[in-house]
Amino acid sequence: MSIFADNNTKVLVQGITGREGQFHTRQCVDYGTQVVAGVTPGKGGQKMDGIPVFNTVADAREQTGANCSLIFVPPPFAADAILEAVDAGIELIVAITEGIPVLDMMKVKSYMQNSPSRLIGPNCPGIITPGQCKVGIMPGPIHKPGGPIGVVSRSGTLTYEVVHQLTGQGIGQTTCIGIGGDPVNGTNFIDCLAAFQEDPETKGIVMVGEIGGSAEEEAAGFITEKVTKPVVGFIAGLTAPPGRRMGHAGAIISGKSGTAQGKIEAMEAAGIHVCRDLGRLGELCAKVFSDA
Amino acid sequence: MKIHEYQAKDLFKQYAIPIPEGRVAFDAEEAKQVAARLGAFPVVVKAQIHAGGRGKGGGVKLAHSLDEVGKIAGRLIGMNLVTHQTGPEGRLVRKVLVEEGLQIEKELYFSIVPDRATAKVVIMASRAGGMDIEEVAEKTPEKIVKVYVDPLAGLQPHHCRQVAFGLGLTGALMKAMTQLTTQLYRLFMDYDCSLVEINPLVITAGQQLMALDAKINFDDNALFRHKDIVELRDLDEEDPLEVEASKYNLNYINLDGNVGNMVNGAGLAMATMDLIKLAGAEPANFLDVGGGANAEMVENGFRIILSDKNVRGILINIFGGILRCDVLAEGVVKAAEKTGINVPVVVRMEGTNVEEGRRILAESGLNLISAADLKDAAAKVAEIVKS
Repeated sequence: MSIFADNNTKVLVQGITGREGQFHTRQCVDYGTQVVAGVTPGKGGQKMDGIPVFNTVADAREQTGANCSLIFVPPPFAADAILEAVDAGIELIVAITEGIPVLDMMKVKSYMQNSPSRLIGPNCPGIITPGQCKVGIMPGPIHKPGGPIGVVSRSGTLTYEVVHQLTGQGIGQTTCIGIGGDPVNGTNFIDCLAAFQEDPETKGIVMVGEIGGSAEEEAAGFITEKVTKPVVGFIAGLTAPPGRRMGHAGAIISGKSGTAQGKIEAMEAAGIHVCRDLGRLGELCAKVFSDA
Repeated sequence: MKIHEYQAKDLFKQYAIPIPEGRVAFDAEEAKQVAARLGAFPVVVKAQIHAGGRGKGGGVKLAHSLDEVGKIAGRLIGMNLVTHQTGPEGRLVRKVLVEEGLQIEKELYFSIVPDRATAKVVIMASRAGGMDIEEVAEKTPEKIVKVYVDPLAGLQPHHCRQVAFGLGLTGALMKAMTQLTTQLYRLFMDYDCSLVEINPLVITAGQQLMALDAKINFDDNALFRHKDIVELRDLDEEDPLEVEASKYNLNYINLDGNVGNMVNGAGLAMATMDLIKLAGAEPANFLDVGGGANAEMVENGFRIILSDKNVRGILINIFGGILRCDVLAEGVVKAAEKTGINVPVVVRMEGTNVEEGRRILAESGLNLISAADLKDAAAKVAEIVKS
């Protein structure tokens, strides 16, 4: 099993004819993902590696039955691209784009409040259900299909590191999700934790956070109340200076809030096995998940 | 992006927010000219730096004569102003704002920020003006009015009423507050601000609302649609190495330690800094070369790390995804050939094209220490620091 994406996920790529869109579409196809359509306004009727390109998301959905959109549209036009996918009734929208203005994302979030669509990202590596489908930019081969561990993270390459160590220990993954490094995102930790808790194949969860905001603290509260599966956690940014934006738009300690120490304490209080040494995360997971 | 108080007040003026009369001055003589034009004493001379706490740090002074204006401005300009936000090294003052002095009856607080948890715009106001708002929030949260605005529906009159009533204002002052809230919300949205703050917002003896201070920060990700704001950037207020890095789209932050590091991805970069600390050393920087980095960016990143005189060793940690390991390796080799490496460099690579990357480094003849994994990398960094 898996959450949010599986064998039945039919992907359309918004921005398929751009440099990144082309490159990653090919990687997804190579992994075995069903990429059924592309969308680039003005290039409708063309093909990219045999994949039909449409002018609008609505057209692409109607003619191919796509139920998921992967977005590589540049920041000034990305909010529009997400809203187009929402309006076309796409169920799962994965926005890779980094650098979308906060106000744009706040409007998108407000607009999506009563919509059945799920947004993952933006500023994220996407989602992968190993062995079934990859909707994102993560390197496929580091993953190990078959579970039993679910991974959710605010980061990109840090997630690859975590997955690599899991696989190195012989621990497979059900689904790995990057929820993104922006201050305002679609799917959050709690959405993923709830889905992993419900998923019978997922026996344990790895949660990777970083400084800024209070999403980890809220997730810890949720875990205390609702999650019975073992959780291993990691927080990046113990050495980050306050007031500085550490690469990710959302990674900033404001005053006393958003510190790594505060998050670690909240997570430990919720019974999460917090790893302090990233070099040994795989070993810790092997220990914690040995019964899983 | 941050701007100075005098620049923020220029923007306030365009949005009809009441501010004291005044102007920026770059030397003592100019400061005296501004004061002379104001025509009355006392006047306030305020150091202009991108940091808060200027008053407590001695950067805001009252002057009662032209002579005193000259003396204060002369002393402030060129001094290293230390506040709780500048760190012990302080910040060089290069200009002052000279303003009319006001009879103040009451000090309030007002700000607008995006709230990440609710994805709404939040307006915060308090009767406890002139104080550190974080302290107010911690000790007396009941003194802060918070009003959440849905950015799609926009600001409504009832939001403004909540702010004004929350501050205990009535009559003409309530009207003025409504006007001010409306205008500042417009400014906030028009310019993609990440903070608009007035502390203190004062009620004068003449019962006028007036923005005594002004602070505006902007969302860096939205600067592409605000070319006029980009022109207000003051490079003197930024770290020279960080300015250099920003030219190449590198995410670099200069820190106090001595182990330089170059990583792809912000999360992994922070985690690598933490790992350096755990190994008993201090990171000299944060450097995220990004997912789509090319050989040239890697080369520039390497050069910038090496130009930090404190650096005694370097850790390169790359998890190849979009950034392939062979591209990274080429960048490192080129940078090393151009600038020369005089400190030990530990390289840890994993992911896309890792074999090709390792081959390029091995055949380069450079003196690089390769690490098998993250654990190994941390141990080797610790060794560097001990030696």
